[in-house]
Amino acid sequence: MKKLLLSLAMAVLCAMPAMAAENTVLKMATTTSTADTGLLDYLTPLFKADTGYDLEYVSVGTGAAIKHGENGDVDILLVHAKKSEEKFVADGFGVERFEVMYNDFIVVGPKDYLPYSQDVKATLKQVFDKKLNWVCRGDDSGTDKKEKGIWKSININPAENPNYKESGSGMGASLSMADELRAGILSDRGTFLKMKNDATVKLDLDIICEKAPDLLNQYGVIAVNPAKYPHVNNKAANAFIEWITSDKIQKVIADFGVDKYGQGLFVPNAKKK
Amino acid sequence: MEMVFEFFELLSGVGAFHAIYVTLLMGFVSTFIATCFGITFGLLLEKYHFPFKNAVLRVNKTLMGVPPVVIGLVVYMLVMRRGPLGAFGLLFTIPGMIIAQVLIITPIITGMVHTVAQKQAPQMRAFAKSMGANEKQTFWLVIRELRSEMYFAVITGFGRSISEVGSVMLVGGNIKGATRTMTTSISLLKSQGIFTEGIFLGVILLLISFILQLLVEYFRKEETFNENF
Repeated sequence: MKKLLLSLAMAVLCAMPAMAAENTVLKMATTTSTADTGLLDYLTPLFKADTGYDLEYVSVGTGAAIKHGENGDVDILLVHAKKSEEKFVADGFGVERFEVMYNDFIVVGPKDYLPYSQDVKATLKQVFDKKLNWVCRGDDSGTDKKEKGIWKSININPAENPNYKESGSGMGASLSMADELRAGILSDRGTFLKMKNDATVKLDLDIICEKAPDLLNQYGVIAVNPAKYPHVNNKAANAFIEWITSDKIQKVIADFGVDKYGQGLFVPNAKKK
Repeated sequence: MEMVFEFFELLSGVGAFHAIYVTLLMGFVSTFIATCFGITFGLLLEKYHFPFKNAVLRVNKTLMGVPPVVIGLVVYMLVMRRGPLGAFGLLFTIPGMIIAQVLIITPIITGMVHTVAQKQAPQMRAFAKSMGANEKQTFWLVIRELRSEMYFAVITGFGRSISEVGSVMLVGGNIKGATRTMTTSISLLKSQGIFTEGIFLGVILLLISFILQLLVEYFRKEETFNENF
């Protein structure tokens, strides 16, 4: 028995360098929106077919995703909080930031919540003035940061509204909460469309505000710096960056969701690497 | 000093102190209700025989291990706006969370009480009968004699209630200052990449559990002491 265990241990030890040498796994930390919309699950097999790498991702809030990168837990980030991303690179944790695509945020709410508008500042101001129900993510995610930025730009502390609630949850769960509480919420378009079409209990919410310039949401991809964390799979990370910014995949991203929702969920805008 | 200040500011930023109150309130109320049900069911199941009793016991044993998140989902679907109990507006409220907790811990207390009662109650009843006790006296004797085991069942239920995260996240919604509990705060802190403060909350949870155990132990000793007079 002992001999068997010993030889097993030996086998594992011998195999380890071999596994390290042919590491075909790319570990990514990304935001909930890229996962909740199904984009990454759609891209993963294509990436495998084109490059041979297996993409494994954790989807968390942008704050946590960046933290994973700072700790060297992942090889690459795909997130949407430009300032934090630039700081991540400036601090030496990331190699370089490449823009990949954008989607946009929208304000949604129940019927008769507020009239349709394309001015997000005016919409949020009305929410506050009329003390309407409002759900905020409150989880330090990219969406949360975006919303807080808009509140700040109109000098309103939304928490003074007694009907303001922080869900501390991801986009999907927060949208369900807004639906249940008959509240307004800032969401990314992709997750909203998916929940409105695919959820067991379809969202009974509609777009109240969209297309405002403040509502664009740029995604960036950053390889974790191998100079800082030698163990990261930088080869795979670079392959991913080159792949996702290529014409072919940019086209795939543009077409993603069109058949199902009648509109694309993401707009590709990568510059060539 | 500044670090300590920042530490607490971060905790209050996610509403962690209110969360302690919510956790305790939910824990005590749900354990109280589940104890009433659990002890009653446990003793009844031991004492009376009826068709399909074994099946009922089997179901209860299975429910003792039901994943809380499943109960959470079931309760969510019951109390959501378009669910059968939607009119009561229980979703994202503490009463809603308590319903889920009661469903989770009642089978546990029932099962534990039934198991010990099955072992000890028959002899006690035989003894009481031989001493000429009536039905009511016998009933109280059984309760009194099984007290320590019941304490244990109740503590287990309470521990389960305050440590649970899956169902309170779904049914409570983790709303800051309203339904956020200590466990969902920890989960939220983790999702923001903040670990130290999460561990701190975890230690507080352990402390609560520890203090409660001490109290129960103290009461038990006190009682045994008094009985010996």
